[in-house]
Amino acid sequence: MRALAHNKVALAAGASFAVIVVLCLLAPVYAKDIAHTGPTDNHITDTVKVDGQTVDVVSPTGVPIGPTWKGRFLLGADSNGRDVAVRLLYGGRNSLEIGAIATLITMALAVALGTLAGYARGLTDGLLSRFFDLVWAYPAVLLGVALGVALAVGGLDLGIVTLHSGSLLLPALIIGVVFFPYVAKPLRAHALSLREREFIDAARIATPPGPLAPVKIVLTEVLPNLLSSIVVFVPLMFASSILLEAGLSYLGAGVQAPNPSWGTMIADGIRMIPGAVHLVLAPGLALVLCVLSVNVFAEGVRDALDPRAAIRPLR
Amino acid sequence: MMGRFIVRRLLSLLAVLFAITVLTFLIFQAIPGGDPAVRMAGRTATPQEVNDVRQQWGFDQPIYVQYAKTMQKIFDGSVVSYRQQINVEEEIARDLPATVSLAVGAAIIWLLFGVLAGIASAMHAGRPLDRALGLLALTGLSTPVFLLGAVMLYYLGYKLKLLPLEGYVGLTSDPWGWFTHMLMPWIALSVVSIGVYSRVLRSNLLDTMGEDYVRTARAKGLSERRVLIRHVLRNSLAPIIALWGLDFAWVIGGGAILVESVFNLGGVGEYAAQSIQSLDVPPVMVITMLVACAVVITSAIVDVVNAALDPRVRLQ
Repeated sequence: MRALAHNKVALAAGASFAVIVVLCLLAPVYAKDIAHTGPTDNHITDTVKVDGQTVDVVSPTGVPIGPTWKGRFLLGADSNGRDVAVRLLYGGRNSLEIGAIATLITMALAVALGTLAGYARGLTDGLLSRFFDLVWAYPAVLLGVALGVALAVGGLDLGIVTLHSGSLLLPALIIGVVFFPYVAKPLRAHALSLREREFIDAARIATPPGPLAPVKIVLTEVLPNLLSSIVVFVPLMFASSILLEAGLSYLGAGVQAPNPSWGTMIADGIRMIPGAVHLVLAPGLALVLCVLSVNVFAEGVRDALDPRAAIRPLR
Repeated sequence: MMGRFIVRRLLSLLAVLFAITVLTFLIFQAIPGGDPAVRMAGRTATPQEVNDVRQQWGFDQPIYVQYAKTMQKIFDGSVVSYRQQINVEEEIARDLPATVSLAVGAAIIWLLFGVLAGIASAMHAGRPLDRALGLLALTGLSTPVFLLGAVMLYYLGYKLKLLPLEGYVGLTSDPWGWFTHMLMPWIALSVVSIGVYSRVLRSNLLDTMGEDYVRTARAKGLSERRVLIRHVLRNSLAPIIALWGLDFAWVIGGGAILVESVFNLGGVGEYAAQSIQSLDVPPVMVITMLVACAVVITSAIVDVVNAALDPRVRLQ
């Protein structure tokens, strides 16, 4: 951790990510007190005063107003006359939320199954490892949209909880499942190598036999030694999850309208190009800035803890 | 020895291919929530159409019969997109030229520039050039390809009019038009890979440079350039080539959905993207299976090539 504290670039990246998070959390304050409009409020027929002149928010030909750099429509409007800056902050909340939940799901699945496979060895490991490889053979975007399309019509009924097709949890769950083998494979290899070490033998001898003995050894001996690998993957997976959310939303298999996310905003903006390029640039720059700061921070964490960890990238 | 390795690899490949068809089938037909026949026929289907689909795919029968019927339909090429009433596999065959053009060109670009950037970074490790290339690689990794594609289309195509806006032009009908239309998709698709390959190669090169045989090569008076190319690079390229094979495979199979659809290439990936938008399940299922199979087949080929080049691999 001292190495990370001395890595100024990584710390600056972490700070810039923190600023983005705080800004997105303040979205309701901005919407209420500065922009005086909500993320899904249409202003198609309204006008706004820019430099003393009255201008249509959306022109009669359907072209929305560009950045005014003032409180109202700071970053312009979209084709429905909605305030881009307000949507950017609310969309950021959704993107960050999906990224965080997806990362949580990925890490929970990967830690549980990866350690189980590596510690149990034998048949359990064989079956689980084949399963990791199988999921891994699907390109992330394709598996994500396949699950998205399969679930989009009916939602998901798991018995205890029902996820409707418009729920934010649905893309988060899909992303979490798609990415878990990327982390489970290296964690399994690490757990397998720990299993051969003397201190695990010692723990096995010292632990009274019983059905829960292996669980106890995994929790007290294996997991603490896996911790640095686990920590390294968290920011990497968070960045990848936000990117995958954007990709899925662009293809219509992620966040559903009118709920904004950076991905859906970019996708809507691409449909408006070339008339209003600010609709692509505003969410696009926000997304790249956020993911880049997480990635730079992640690289600092990795250099400090585990220089060998790496995951497959997303395209 | 080599023969036995190939047979073993082939058997495991067959098992994985079977598993992939089962898993893909399960994703589309057996996910809880909703009637698979409704899912197949699409949101706007009439009860009669849904009933026909249920009959044809055997959704009223046990799950192994459903699987067998699905695979039979895929193998005899009779999968139909109910949305557009067109044969899915014929459409994929029509879309293949654009996808192959994208895969071949982009793969050459990302391998070439990835390796060059990797060598440059390793030779200047820790110095400003290495840091700049590292930051560039991370920025590429942090940018969604469809965003990059759209921004390129706007500035290079629409504003500066340097390159044609979108679409696909056949190689045989107009080679220059083909090249100019493919250039932006190639670059957009390559950016991420260049970043990844250069970083992976950089760390491989730095690891290899610490090996004893490299010191020996230097000690016997070889020039630094010769040491780098003949001794270091040769032993660092294997993982890059493996990565390259897999990445190529998923673009060929239609996995580059995002790039294909932002540039309207009319390839397999764009077909997948359009089917996704209209929630047209049959094409998405077939293309998903196709890409995953392309990836595992290529991965088997890569393993065999690696084993041929490096005897140690055969023993594992």
